[in-house]
Amino acid sequence: MNTTRRTVLKSATASGVLAGLIAAGALRPTQVLAAEWNKAAFEAHDTVGALKGIGAGAPADSKDLILKVPDIAENGAVVPVDVISNIPNTTSISILVEKNPSPLSASFDFANGALPEVSARLKMGQTSLVKAVAKADGKFYTAQKEVKVTVGGCGG
Amino acid sequence: MADPMKIRAQLKGDVTEIRVLMGHAMETGQRKDAAGKTIPPLFIQSMTVEVGGKKVVDGQIGTSVSRNPVFGFKMKGAKVGDKVVVSWVDNKGDKRTDEAAVA
Repeated sequence: MNTTRRTVLKSATASGVLAGLIAAGALRPTQVLAAEWNKAAFEAHDTVGALKGIGAGAPADSKDLILKVPDIAENGAVVPVDVISNIPNTTSISILVEKNPSPLSASFDFANGALPEVSARLKMGQTSLVKAVAKADGKFYTAQKEVKVTVGGCGG
Repeated sequence: MADPMKIRAQLKGDVTEIRVLMGHAMETGQRKDAAGKTIPPLFIQSMTVEVGGKKVVDGQIGTSVSRNPVFGFKMKGAKVGDKVVVSWVDNKGDKRTDEAAVA
């Protein structure tokens, strides 16, 4: 439990500094190639920053957002993740891996008949909580589960 | 130029399942090669799925998606024969578009 508290404290200070820098214009997200790629969110080094980047400050826990992940992933380089949202009017789903160097993995917007469901395969550096965040009617909802990783998928 | 994607779109009842496999290294920028030099990041940043000329999924992707990414989506309202067009762009500007038909 202590570690959780420590992570929270650490990430809180880090994102505070980051937010300050962005406000000062020092870290203004430059839009290089893909104009719409959310650089600030994807390059955030902690969950708080990544959530802020996608506009979800404090998402509410929801039982209608279903996150399917393995309990134990033998190979952290390929971790299958399924997210299904039963929340009405879900327009986007994002997936985060809390302890990865950059927690935000992917973010999908749905339109024109697409069901708010996505399956993907992610890399995980170590045992971590995996978080799904869904946006519905302008509000954010979240669900999370821990995946134990025996061999990491980041770095060498 | 990257390898072609494998796209499968299958109508089951009134739901179309779309699965895409993209051939891409998805280098994180954190790995080092044998000489100890950091391998620069190379990863898909954005992708779209269009069915019957309408954008269905608009995705943004970070470095932590696995090598040779596989994505699965579902949609309603597609018919057999509708064209499914999937495109991606990576952080170096390389891009690829492939298409298939709903079966």
